[in-house]
Amino acid sequence: MSAAPARSAEGTRLPAHAASTPPPLPDASVPALPRGVRLHHDRVRQTWVLLAPERVLKLDAVGLAVLERVDGARTFGAIVDDLAAAYNAPREQIAADASRFLDGLIARRMVDLAR
Amino acid sequence: MNAHAASPSSAASPRAPLALLAELTHRCPLSCPYCSNPVELTAREAELDTDGWADVFRQAADLGVLQLHLSGGEPASRRDLEDLVAAARDAGLYVNLITSGIGLTRKRLEALDAAGVDHVQLSLQGVGPAMADRIGHYRGSFTRKMEVAGWVADLGLPLTLNAVMHRHNFKDLPETLDLALDLGARRIEVATVQFHGWAATNRAALMPTREQAREASRLVLEAREKLKGRMVIDYVPADHHARFPKACMGGWGSTGLNVTPEGLVLPCHAAQTIPGLEFWSVADHPLAEIWTDSPAFRAYRGTDWMQEPCSSCERKLVDFGGCRCQALALAGDAAATDPVCSRSDRHADLVAAIDAEADAPAPEFVWRVAPR
Ligand code: SF4
Ligand code: SF4
Repeated sequence: MSAAPARSAEGTRLPAHAASTPPPLPDASVPALPRGVRLHHDRVRQTWVLLAPERVLKLDAVGLAVLERVDGARTFGAIVDDLAAAYNAPREQIAADASRFLDGLIARRMVDLAR
Repeated sequence: MNAHAASPSSAASPRAPLALLAELTHRCPLSCPYCSNPVELTAREAELDTDGWADVFRQAADLGVLQLHLSGGEPASRRDLEDLVAAARDAGLYVNLITSGIGLTRKRLEALDAAGVDHVQLSLQGVGPAMADRIGHYRGSFTRKMEVAGWVADLGLPLTLNAVMHRHNFKDLPETLDLALDLGARRIEVATVQFHGWAATNRAALMPTREQAREASRLVLEAREKLKGRMVIDYVPADHHARFPKACMGGWGSTGLNVTPEGLVLPCHAAQTIPGLEFWSVADHPLAEIWTDSPAFRAYRGTDWMQEPCSSCERKLVDFGGCRCQALALAGDAAATDPVCSRSDRHADLVAAIDAEADAPAPEFVWRVAPR
């Protein structure tokens, strides 16, 4: 599933940031919220949260924009295209940010990935 | 729950709670010697009825609670569990069912599924019938649990296995993790026994050795790395072998509340062991008022109540002085520094006592008895 931690091979020292940034998700992959993980509007705190087993994750505008488009049908590529258009931002930047965000959720089993 | 970063809530105006644990009943077919229920159990006739609980759930959601834990005893001992789940979902809560599995049938699980249960947390007393049935004191419990886990997987409900670890089953930790994977659990809680409720009575029979505690931490770190993206491992390390205590409940009256079967609202499940605390009931007060104003919640909220060494300690907003119930049990004063803390003047005596217990042969268990 998610990438094994990068180990620096004999003689090739990876810079610290490269070691912690996994490659972006493939455009053809399809992220999905598994059963038991759902978006919820917290009316008391007036914010959106992602609810999961024993977890409450407060979402900022970017996280919400990504997760609103995660429906188990759209590909990661299509999600990024849509976000790039909606926010009028460079595609690579959006892809990197969305990928990092989703990767964190995948590692915590809050998002599943079908390829 | 690791949620919104905790910032101190002041005694005057606490922030809204995130979680509510509903002890629907104290009835349970099992008799685990570490059960966190109080030694004085509530009888069935005194339990809140369906409407009473539904009202608590609505008030909780209005107050800001997001996650509801349906617990017990065994929640399936309530015949209206399906209705309670539906009422909680109607109120807008995320519903986590904490069960031993005993009392659930496939049909009931299907009904719970239809009612909208979000997540099932199944307790595991051991990795085979010998250990599991012995700890739960119930023949056939293991086989039944495995059956229940299979139904949960069939229905596609997310499963967490909740494994309480102690001196008798720590050796099976690798098999415990394997079993969770085999059952398709998305998450496992490896929880070293906490010495409240019946576990306090059974401390010597349960206390792990220092080596067991250390080895468990090593195994968990290793497994976490290996299973990243496959299974989440939440770990409660051995309290008595740590340098600093855990922040019980993330700080008293700061994050969550407990409601007992008869409707008393507690800051933590063991709070009734502290003499002199005044608990309010949902029968007499709105939940919001209980959360903000009831004497039990105000007693140890924030940091004003602290004594030395806590009051001038740089960790006081990290662990809030540890567990109040443990301070009472071990130091005789609920406002004292939790003796589990290495800065407590009682710490050395405690460590000597538990080391002696862990090294001595395990005494017999005192089984949890059933409520009337
Ligand atoms: S700890 Fe054991 S006895 Fe106590 S409620 Fe849970 S399953 Fe029942
Ligand atoms: S002295 Fe009190 S606040 Fe400081 S670490 Fe120990 S328990 Fe926590």
